[in-house]
Amino acid sequence: MGSPDYRSLGLKVGLEIHQQLSTGKLFCSCPCDLSEQVVRRFMRLLRPSQSEMGEIDRAALEEAQKNLRFIYESTPFDCLVEADEEPPHPVSGEAVRTTLMISKMLGAHPVDEIQFMRKIVIDGSNTGGFQRTGLIATDGSLAADGKKISISTICLEEDAARRIKEEGREVVFRIDRLGIPLIEIATGPEIETPEEAKRIAERLGSLLRATRRVRRGIGSIREDLNVSISGGARVEIKGVQELYLLPLYIDNEVRRQSALIEVSRELSKRGISELKPKKIDLSKELAKTKSKVLMKSLGDGGRILGIRLPGFAGLLGPDSDGTRRLGPELAAHARVSGVGGIFHSDELPAYGITEVEVDRVRKELGAGKMDCIVLVAGSNENTEAAIERVIARARQAIKGVPEETRDPMPDGITTYSRPLPGRERMYPETDIPPFTVTQDLMEEIGNQLPEYPEETARRFIEERGLSGEQADALVKSGFDRDFDELVEAEIPPKTAARTLINTIAELEKDGLDTSRLNSEMIKAVLRRQTSGDFAMEAVPMLLGRMIEQGETLEQALNSLDISSVSDSEIERVVESIVREKRDLILERRERSIAPLMGLIMSELRGKADGKKINSILTAKIKSVFE
Amino acid sequence: MNNVSAIVERMSKGKRMQEMLEAKGISPGDLVEVTSSGGRIFRGVVMPHHEFSGESVVTIKLDSGYNVGIDLSDTGSLKLVSKAEPRRAHKREIPRDKTKKTVSVISTGGTIASYVDYRTGAVHPAISAEEMVFSVPELLDICNIRAEVLCSVLSENMKKENWTQLAERVCEHLNSGSVGCIIPHGTDTLGFTAAALSFSLSNITAPVVLVGSQRSSDRPSSDATSNLLSAARLCTGADLGEIVVLMHATTDDDALSIHRATRARKNHSSRRDAFQSVNEPPLGHIDAGGITLREEHIVRAKGKVEVDARFEEEVALLNFYPGLSAERFRRSVEGAKGVVIAGTGLGHVSQGIIAEISSLTRSGTAVCVTTQCIWGSANLNVYSTGRDMQSAGAIPLDDMLSETAYVKLSWVLARTRDPDEVRKMMRNNMRGEMTERRIL
Ligand SMILES: [Zn+2]
Repeated sequence: MGSPDYRSLGLKVGLEIHQQLSTGKLFCSCPCDLSEQVVRRFMRLLRPSQSEMGEIDRAALEEAQKNLRFIYESTPFDCLVEADEEPPHPVSGEAVRTTLMISKMLGAHPVDEIQFMRKIVIDGSNTGGFQRTGLIATDGSLAADGKKISISTICLEEDAARRIKEEGREVVFRIDRLGIPLIEIATGPEIETPEEAKRIAERLGSLLRATRRVRRGIGSIREDLNVSISGGARVEIKGVQELYLLPLYIDNEVRRQSALIEVSRELSKRGISELKPKKIDLSKELAKTKSKVLMKSLGDGGRILGIRLPGFAGLLGPDSDGTRRLGPELAAHARVSGVGGIFHSDELPAYGITEVEVDRVRKELGAGKMDCIVLVAGSNENTEAAIERVIARARQAIKGVPEETRDPMPDGITTYSRPLPGRERMYPETDIPPFTVTQDLMEEIGNQLPEYPEETARRFIEERGLSGEQADALVKSGFDRDFDELVEAEIPPKTAARTLINTIAELEKDGLDTSRLNSEMIKAVLRRQTSGDFAMEAVPMLLGRMIEQGETLEQALNSLDISSVSDSEIERVVESIVREKRDLILERRERSIAPLMGLIMSELRGKADGKKINSILTAKIKSVFE
Repeated sequence: MNNVSAIVERMSKGKRMQEMLEAKGISPGDLVEVTSSGGRIFRGVVMPHHEFSGESVVTIKLDSGYNVGIDLSDTGSLKLVSKAEPRRAHKREIPRDKTKKTVSVISTGGTIASYVDYRTGAVHPAISAEEMVFSVPELLDICNIRAEVLCSVLSENMKKENWTQLAERVCEHLNSGSVGCIIPHGTDTLGFTAAALSFSLSNITAPVVLVGSQRSSDRPSSDATSNLLSAARLCTGADLGEIVVLMHATTDDDALSIHRATRARKNHSSRRDAFQSVNEPPLGHIDAGGITLREEHIVRAKGKVEVDARFEEEVALLNFYPGLSAERFRRSVEGAKGVVIAGTGLGHVSQGIIAEISSLTRSGTAVCVTTQCIWGSANLNVYSTGRDMQSAGAIPLDDMLSETAYVKLSWVLARTRDPDEVRKMMRNNMRGEMTERRIL
């Protein structure tokens, strides 16, 4: 299957990029750091607050129906503000300035007075039940590939708590991340291809990093995607952390919406315009089933509930391209009500449910050839709610694609998470005084605009002698500031660049959390390396040790037994190996260098420079066979 | 920028924007089109003016839900697009369920019952009994509610006359069939009101539960919900005939403490578990497992509740501190018929103040002494200073809370001015306000 023709499908994508700042938290004096150290836990409940009009946000209401208990983990990096036990402090001036700076860089116009709002979010990710957010600037633009994409809004908001796990009706969050400033930049829905979305996201990311006030590492930048095609609907995919997956999510969403539009057309062709299925308890028909899932539900005192979807046959399973259709959608809605999923006739017999059982159930439900049947199993209460949700979602299928919020999965597909939040979800945060954006302030910020990424790269090439590739890599990865600092500390530019580009990538590949690395650590290690205390080979080992064990450089040198050896010591080791392997050298001459090099390196690992060993070894070998 | 003097200056001028809007016939809730001084055009709904907003700044709610402040000085302008639709009268009856018991709710204001108007974003306290009940409609799953809004004042503005009215209303509600009475109250002075009810009411036939909230009820995380629901459970499910304070026991939402009215004190400015029982364990707890009460609790009385809620106005409560001059002390207690001094440590004041105590008591003013340490007991027998204070006529109140002592002295002085009688009543443990045993 080839790529769809996005333009003719009328693909429209809007991007919302969320970048964490490193300025300190937005409404308290806690640092912007994450922690694995849980100091204590506490339990809270959230419920939608009712306005006098009796309006409750529909997304908020759906969350409330889940009746969840929220367990919050507190760490050394949060205080009473994050715990919702103390009013917020005035907004961090540094965070506002940084947001105004990026606004200026994107040509957006700041509002005259910033007023923070409470956006109702009762999924537990905010202890207060709302996220604080303020609109900072509007109407900017970004040029990329000769096309101008509009920047509709730039907001400054607080990040949510980290979701740790979910067990039954209990959800565990850690509040260290709560309150970290997030800049939210929203583009207009003018992006027309998945690749274009990726390029825009990359460009915004590098502009943000140019301010040098942003956090780095996994999760420090997240994207929301608003995707629609003609005849489809606006769907928000929330919280994509891997930039390289952006095109895949968009492509899959295009395919999903196209498939759902096709389903709707087919239903209309089959004359299905409404849906009033009868719910039937099928526990008796399936009492003797060998299906483990069904047996378990029945054994726990639950039941099996079924419906017939007239005319839906063949529309729940995947289409001929393998694109998922209604099945996963209905299942996701059922799961909201606490059941494990659904069974539908497009995939049955399966899961231990036999053909005989399927026939019996079809008969009981009165299902004909063109009908589909759907079963859910679980407690009486859950199955009732789940089947109602399945029916509601099946009704939407007649109309087409519903607007909704979806969660990105690691494999590039998405699943239903909740309805799009309604309008009435914001009210003013009266605990925080408004922030006046004065002309003077904007002038001051205008005079302090950072170097743009392309300027930085050019400077690295022209002044520091880096290759274009290296300069680009430094700027794209956001290590340009560290590079400047290292070079200022008289670390040779090539050494600094190599460490920042290659070494850090290697450490990440080994699964180490490189967000714990700071330029002071790198500087300390490279200084000692430059003055010849140990070899370049020891640098990744030392840094790895320092971030993994939290050791100081001295401690790491000790635990790894790294100390540099004198040239005469290297000669001694080389000589003894050369003597030992004399036969090999005589036999293989120059080709013996590689195996011998390996032997020597393992003896001197990290203590001497590979190049130096190589030159000594080469000389010694030559002297043997010459 | 946002410095203090700028804010103060704006506050004094803040009204101008409102006046300008009024002149154009525009009020909060109306849809307007605004052209900022910078020439940018916004469309949105006018919001009420924030106290700290600039004088020429109008706040509008954009379609996205965000509020922004727009400066209209110089060339800015504003025009009305359409008036707000008149608010639909939204009258809801409180339903009754004959199988359920009836609990009274007498509201005094505070953050426990407040509403958000999402259209204007304003948060205001519930002003009708219905609004109050429907802010936590789950109450109706537990009991029938007989609701009354007695007053709507910030708790720092409560006066002794409010205590009197409240005591009388509680008496009437309990004497006409309610199985309990819940009193939503601002937390700042909740302890004072609790003590006032405690001294005013006797032969109490049902739980009288003061509840507050440290997070206002317009927030999803409000503690008002669990505090109110637990209060309803206490009213319908416990054999308790006392005035109590019910608030979070910890920062968690599923553990609540029941404090005896005369012992409850707000010991934190913002945490949910701000209230503590001082010098004794809480009277009881409520959690998922149910209600547990200490053996010492008083059970529901038979017959009718009695009320005597008179309070003497001229009573002073003050902290002694190093450097407090006799002169300043004299000015603070001038005209007082009774004074409670929270002394240092065991209850001490300086030599200079002892002389003032002496002249006060000689002229017929009652002087009581508590400890400003909050925990522990005043004891004027240990040091010579204490003994001198007693010789000067000071009445030591042992481990009574200073706030409770102030309320009790106000109540006692409304019934007698006889020095011996006052001393006797103040030192008599009437409502569990004093104990002789304090356990480790
Ligand atoms: Zn904090």
